[in-house]
Amino acid sequence: MEAYFHSVRVLPESCAGRMACMRACPTQAIRVRQGQAEIMEDRCIDCGECARACPRNAILPQTSSFTDFARFKHTIALPSPVLYGQFGQDTLPGTILAGLRKVGFDEACDVAGASEAASIALEQYLADYRGPRPLLSPFCPTIVRLVQARYPSLIDQLIPIDSPMEIAAREIRYKRMKELGLGRDEIGVIYLTPCPPKMVAIKDPPRKRVSHVDGAIAISDIYQPLLAALAELDRETAETPEAVRGMGLGWPVLGGQVACLRSESCLAVGGLADVERILGEVENGKLGDIQYVECQACPQGCCGGSLTVENAYVARNRILGLVARFGSTPSQSREKIRELYEREYFSLPGKIPSRPFAPLDKDVGRAIEKRKRIQEVHKTLPQIDCGACGAPTCLSFSEDVVLERAPLEECLVLLARRAAAAPPPGAPAQAQETTA
Amino acid sequence: METEPLFLQRFEIGGRDFVNAGKASTTVKGILKEIGMAPAVIRRAAIASYEAEMNVVLYARRGTLELRVTPREIGITVADTGQGIPDVGLAMQEGYSTASEEIREMGFGAGMGLPNIKKNADEFRLHSVVGEGTTLQIVIRG
Repeated sequence: MEAYFHSVRVLPESCAGRMACMRACPTQAIRVRQGQAEIMEDRCIDCGECARACPRNAILPQTSSFTDFARFKHTIALPSPVLYGQFGQDTLPGTILAGLRKVGFDEACDVAGASEAASIALEQYLADYRGPRPLLSPFCPTIVRLVQARYPSLIDQLIPIDSPMEIAAREIRYKRMKELGLGRDEIGVIYLTPCPPKMVAIKDPPRKRVSHVDGAIAISDIYQPLLAALAELDRETAETPEAVRGMGLGWPVLGGQVACLRSESCLAVGGLADVERILGEVENGKLGDIQYVECQACPQGCCGGSLTVENAYVARNRILGLVARFGSTPSQSREKIRELYEREYFSLPGKIPSRPFAPLDKDVGRAIEKRKRIQEVHKTLPQIDCGACGAPTCLSFSEDVVLERAPLEECLVLLARRAAAAPPPGAPAQAQETTA
Repeated sequence: METEPLFLQRFEIGGRDFVNAGKASTTVKGILKEIGMAPAVIRRAAIASYEAEMNVVLYARRGTLELRVTPREIGITVADTGQGIPDVGLAMQEGYSTASEEIREMGFGAGMGLPNIKKNADEFRLHSVVGEGTTLQIVIRG
C-alpha cells in the first residue's frame, strides 16, 4: 500500500505506554507494544486526538518551525482566521496581522476574505449541482481522509472547491512574485494552523497537486512571540480595524460555512462520532433533501483545533463577536467571484482516490474465514475492553490475534482466569486425577 | 466438493424500537467493509439492508436480519412477525404507502422503501402472509 504523510508522530523516548492515545483514537489505529505506542499508518486519519490525549506530550505534530523558512527572500504569514479568536476582545484582526510582521514575517495576509470567496463559490456550486445529495464539505483534511477510508462511496460528494488557505496563498504568492520580481521558490507562504492535519493538505493533498503553501506553524508555537509583539505594538500605527471583514470571519466556528450560504437545507456537524453518524445515514441513502453538510472533525470547528491555545468556547465567542461587528460588510465583490467561478478559478481538478482500511485479507474468501475466526476469538475474551493487552477493545484484539499481530496470551484477564482455574503449585498429583 | 467460505450472522430487530433502529444495517456495513467488498456493492447493500430493517421497525412486531456473505454474493434475509402486506404488487409500486401520519412525521413512509430495495438488489423475493408476517430475501452481486 502507498505510504501517506501523517501529521503526528510518536516520540519513542518520551512515550511511556500509558495508552491514553490508544483509547482516544477514533479509528482504533494505535496499539501499545512493549510499552510503546505505535500508530498503524493505514488506519490513521490524522485527527490529532492522540496528541491531545497524551499526558506526556510524546506525540508530536509534524508542523514546521521558524527556521524552516530562512531560505526564502520574502516570507508571508497566512494565519488561519482561528488566530483572530485567540486574544482579548480588543485585539482586532488588523492588529494581529501587524503583530505578525513584528514577529519577523515580511508580511501577514488575511485568509477570512478567501473564506468569503470560497463561500460564494460554494453557493454557486450547490445551485448548479445535479448529482446525489447531500454534498459534503472538503475543507477539513481529517474529514477527507475519513471519507477516503471509511466512506469511499461518498468521495464524489466531496465538493471540488479549493480551500480558503489555498485560495489566499495562490493569490498573494503570484501578486508578490510579480511586484517584487521574485521567483516562486523565493517567496515563502506559511500557514498558521490550528491543527496538525492542515499539514496533510499541504504535504500530501488528496488530489495530488502541489500546494501553494510551503509549510505551517502551529498557532500554539506562534502564540508566545506574537503575544510579546502585540504588547510592544503601537496600536495607533496598526492596521485599521476594517482591514479584515466579511462573512468569512465566521468560518472558524462550527456552522460558520453554513451561515454564509443562502440555503436553508444545510447541516453543520462537528466531532468525528457525530460526523460518522451522519455519513452513515448518507450512505444508507438518507438525507437526500439536505443540500450540504459542513463536516468538522473538531466538535467546535477549527477554533477547537488541537494546536490552539484559547479555550474553544471562549474562542468561539470571540469569533462570533467579530462576525457581529465586521461580518456584514462584504470583503469580496459577489459578481467578481461568480465570474472567477465560471472560469473555474476555485475548482479542483482530479479525483480523490479511495484508500479504505486494509481488509482482513485481499482474498474475499479468506477474509470471510478470518472474520469468522475473529468472532470466535472474541467470544472467548472478557469483552470489557480493558486495554491491558495493548489494543483498544477486545474486538480489535481478536483481530490482532487472528491476523497474527499479537498472541492470545497478551490478554491478562484470560491469563488470570487460567491461573485461578489451575491447581495450586505443589498440590498432590492425585487431586488432579480425581477431578479430571 | 469443496465448500465455499461463508459468513453468517443474525441480528434481532425490535418493532417500534427507534433507539436501536439502523444498528443492524450499520453493523452489516462494517462487516462488509472489513471483508473488503467493493464500495459500490457495499453502498447497495447498505441502502437495501437499512430500508429492510426500517420496515421491520416501522411496521412489524419483531424480526431478524440474516447476513450471508460468500466471495460471490451478499445475501440478506429479513423475516418479521407482524401485520404482513395485503397486496404485495401494490406495495411494490413507487409512492404507494400505508404509512400512518406518525411514520411520515419521522421522515419515512414515502412509498419508496420496497422499490428502493429492489432497485439495489440482483435478486429479490418477497413473501407475506397477512396477520403473520413478511419475509424478504435479496441477493447482491459485485
